[in-house]
Amino acid sequence: MAEMPIIDTRKCDECGLCVGVCHCNALAIVNNIITIIETVECDWCTDCEAVCPTGAISCPFEIIIQEP
Amino acid sequence: MAVELEFLKSILYFSELSLAELESIRKLVFEKTAGRAEMVLLEGESAENLYFVASGAVKVFKTSAEGKEQILSIVRPGESFNDVPIFDGGPSPASARTMGPVLLYGIKKQDMKTILRDHPHIALNVIKVLARRVRQLLSLVEDLSFRRVISRVAKILFEHIGGEMGRGPRLTQQEMAAMAGTAREVVGRSLKALEEEGAIKLDRHRIVITDKEALQKIMEVPS
Ligand code: SF4
Ligand code: SF4
Repeated sequence: MAEMPIIDTRKCDECGLCVGVCHCNALAIVNNIITIIETVECDWCTDCEAVCPTGAISCPFEIIIQEP
Repeated sequence: MAVELEFLKSILYFSELSLAELESIRKLVFEKTAGRAEMVLLEGESAENLYFVASGAVKVFKTSAEGKEQILSIVRPGESFNDVPIFDGGPSPASARTMGPVLLYGIKKQDMKTILRDHPHIALNVIKVLARRVRQLLSLVEDLSFRRVISRVAKILFEHIGGEMGRGPRLTQQEMAAMAGTAREVVGRSLKALEEEGAIKLDRHRIVITDKEALQKIMEVPS
């Protein structure tokens, strides 16, 4: 299972900006609802989060420490 | 596709104009389409056109001598870019690249002068757009010129380390920006700087702290 950005559909106004920006077609508006399609091609570029005017998308990072 | 009056009206530059006035301006507006990741402006080149984004989004950025990019803004539908050189006559101060397929409306520099001469009352709105731009850039300047934001970002990472396999708190760049009191664009650059200094590694949705001591040293820069 590929981890994917998280969408808060309540905040989304279906402007479609994220759909056009995603380089791997992971985002689509289906029946007027923004939907994310799981894909390993998503490289967490965070462009969808950056472009969303309503703050409906988040690309959260987990912070881990690499033990020597 | 004809340039839509409704859309022109939604642009702050032209919001005060009547439909008849917009009709006369429409003749001076040309359309330009571009695919994903196309350069639509190059920093330093002579600036011929003012652009409005009709659909899609455009990233405006500067490139350092070492080839590093700093995003200045993301231009969304209804917003303009390349305004500054159109009015001061200098070269484009930044580059612009599309973030996906876009439709742009362009106005030639000379035509923009004609529009301003024929409809001087739009000048107030033009000033408003430029003043906002100055304010936004000024807030970036301070954060980009000092290392303290990098040290704040380092501290935020340090304070949010999850367990060995994660599952600790997760943070977006937007949240890190709010915590560091800066813009998202500055966080993006700080993370890259931390990666270049070997303190962290960005691994898709993970930030791996690869050198704890290096990160701690960066944290100690007084803020
Ligand atoms: S992070 Fe990038 S690749 Fe992944 S869904 Fe968002 S825009 Fe697409
Ligand atoms: S950019 Fe944001 S508001 Fe627009 S469709 Fe995507 S999630 Fe919805």
